[in-house]
Amino acid sequence: MSAHSHVDGQLPHEPEKATLEGRNKVLAFWLFLGGETVLFGTLFSVYLALRGQVLEGNPSANELFDLPLVAAATFILLTSSLTSVFAIQAMHRNNVKSMINWLIVTVALGLGFLVLEVYEFIHYLHMGHGFTTSAFSSSFYTLVGFHGAHVILGVVWISLLIGQVYKKGLNTVTAPKIYVAGLYWHFVDVVWVFIFTVVYLMGKVG
Amino acid sequence: MAHGHTVKRYTGIMDWITTVDHKKIGILYLIAGGFFFLIGGLEAILIRIQLWQPMNDFLSADMYNQVLTMHGTTMIFLAAMPILFALMNAIVPLQIGARDVAFPFLNSLGFWTFLFGGLLLNISWFAGGAPNAGWTSYVPLASPVYSDTHGVDFYVIGLQISGIGTLIGGINFLVTIINMRAPGMSFMRMPMFTWSIFVTSALILFAFPALTVGLAALMFDRLFSANFFNPEMGGNAVLWEHIFWIFGHPEVYILILPAFGIISEVIATFSRKRLFGYSSMVFATVLIGFLGFMVWAHHMFTTGLGPVANALFSIATMLIAVPTGIKIFNWIFTMWGGSITFNSANLYAIGFVPTFVMGGVTGVMLAAAPADYQYHDTYFVVAHFHYVIVGGLVLGIFAGLHYWWPKMFGKMLNETLGKITFWTFYIGFHLTFFVQHFLGLMGMPRRIYQYLDGLGFNQMNLISTIGALLMGIGSILFVVNIIVTSRSKEKLGADPWGDGRTLEWTIPSPPPEYNFLQTPLVRGFDALWKEKMDGNKTVTPAEPVGPIHMPSPSILPFFMSVGLFIGGFGFMYHQYIIGGVGLLITFTCMILRSLYDDHGYHIEVEELEKGVKA
Repeated sequence: MSAHSHVDGQLPHEPEKATLEGRNKVLAFWLFLGGETVLFGTLFSVYLALRGQVLEGNPSANELFDLPLVAAATFILLTSSLTSVFAIQAMHRNNVKSMINWLIVTVALGLGFLVLEVYEFIHYLHMGHGFTTSAFSSSFYTLVGFHGAHVILGVVWISLLIGQVYKKGLNTVTAPKIYVAGLYWHFVDVVWVFIFTVVYLMGKVG
Repeated sequence: MAHGHTVKRYTGIMDWITTVDHKKIGILYLIAGGFFFLIGGLEAILIRIQLWQPMNDFLSADMYNQVLTMHGTTMIFLAAMPILFALMNAIVPLQIGARDVAFPFLNSLGFWTFLFGGLLLNISWFAGGAPNAGWTSYVPLASPVYSDTHGVDFYVIGLQISGIGTLIGGINFLVTIINMRAPGMSFMRMPMFTWSIFVTSALILFAFPALTVGLAALMFDRLFSANFFNPEMGGNAVLWEHIFWIFGHPEVYILILPAFGIISEVIATFSRKRLFGYSSMVFATVLIGFLGFMVWAHHMFTTGLGPVANALFSIATMLIAVPTGIKIFNWIFTMWGGSITFNSANLYAIGFVPTFVMGGVTGVMLAAAPADYQYHDTYFVVAHFHYVIVGGLVLGIFAGLHYWWPKMFGKMLNETLGKITFWTFYIGFHLTFFVQHFLGLMGMPRRIYQYLDGLGFNQMNLISTIGALLMGIGSILFVVNIIVTSRSKEKLGADPWGDGRTLEWTIPSPPPEYNFLQTPLVRGFDALWKEKMDGNKTVTPAEPVGPIHMPSPSILPFFMSVGLFIGGFGFMYHQYIIGGVGLLITFTCMILRSLYDDHGYHIEVEELEKGVKA
């Protein structure tokens, strides 16, 4: 089937790319992330176009945003990217146990991020910044909410994959799934870096 | 490596619902797209009946708005694109010597999401009114204030669901073309049709997510009282125009590039000559794809973006005429000195060239921003885009259908009927739209449902209506041709035209489910033609005959799409439980797909040999 023959269940060095199916999946996922980039690019453009539209009497970005909280969320999410790298490295060492452990850490950090985000949104609601308050609020919640939905999806996805690898072990079918989930997780992190800059830092300064 | 898995093989309707075979999915796309084409055509006829005389009251103003909106939306999203997807599914894997697309399961999912999205959109007719804000659905007209039926809700949700299918298809074909080519099939040996699908798929990938965001924002405005496009709350109506056209202009090239590819194949085959300037053709296709993203604001010259923006977008738009001109000259030089066969497929292809040039010329006229203030929102624009979409794309589709029909179905479409169809449709087309240029220049605005007597519009509108009826007759004749052809008992060989140049003509018509018994070895551009010139009957195989691995059929894509359909309905009517159930069905199917590995099955050598003899 491929140049990497498996001897006694020994996986090839990069099991995610050992089969044509795996290579197809990885390439398709990179392309999909290209499409996702356009998706978030459009969301960022919409936010930038509408972020000044705060109505009389509603809190402005500067009044709303609490940088220490957002910085903590950023730290948690970026760390989860690091732990997902550890998981992929463990996969390449064919160490299933370590891989699963690092994935669990990644999911836990993702959940931590979500808890902070939900807390943050509730806090904003109390300050009178709801989804329908103004064009600024609609575009804010849509951009940050789309990202949050991506984190939720990633958490659910990686959790299901953990269960799957726990049962089936690591092979040329499961490895590409783990690998693309890792790619996805990095992408979600990169988007957050832009949100941190464009939404929160620029909201504080501009 | 032959697995012992036995896979249930379905028959009858279950076979079609569960199929993951790209050839069958191509036929499904053709049937569904053809069905929507007839609906969209009927809507066009209704429009023209309404406009045949001044102050006609065949349709009410509101009904006219719905018919007009649904005509545009149906034709672009539910007819033209699916029929192109039909051809790319049926042909691209064959042209690159592949046994299937990279993701057969996703291919099926793409079809079913498109179909259920399209059905959702059309159910609006029976649910209190169709979308009525134009196919571009500009706000504030499409906002909840001015459009208070569920019509535009059906638009945003129906298109969102069918858009998922399109995006999936785009990614699938990019990966297929990059990873699944036969040995020796380098990029610069790929047939022109495959190249055009490659670029089109890239455009889909980078254009459709913008529409996703636009539709989501409009949906939030309408269903959840968001304020994206509501100026009272700080929203911005022009923002919708930007988002829509950032998607919408590439969409135009998503439609026309495959037609360019088809025309290149048909003209080369029936001129019995190598396509003139192949590499410049590839270059022009890629360049058009690139420039297609740089010109969206030419739809918005009169919005008030200012002279600098208008000038830049004006120049960028005119630039596109250069690569398009390269293509036109290449087609002419391909025919030059060739021994041309004037069959129906080639008539459509040759008819395409001058028609598309006319659409291109009015395109350059419209690109001149100052002049556009005069043309904007008149019938001149209507004439222009019908010349490129009907005169370009639809003629291309007809050429492609006649050309590849024997490969897809194993039967040749009737030539006499084909020629009658061509002339009826072609004359009808020019009658309908040529006069509309002048109607526009005389000041007749588009999208109006009545016009006064005595403005000088009467005669030309009448001519236009007669032309539209002729096009309708042409379309019906094509359906008759399909029925007549399907009853014939002829059996065709691998290369029924006798002049096939590319790999799809090396395998039986219709091809077996595994396409290639042995993966072919490609030794040059126009792989089959090169072998013919070297005195060989067919291409050299790149592998011995062995068991062939096939993906299993699956019902999951069907249910995933049903789930989205139910979910869309639920959210539209604020029935969140139904909406949740729909999404749950979809996610459950996704999880099932992930949990149960698809090992597929093998067609063993003995079975293959039986198939070859039969």
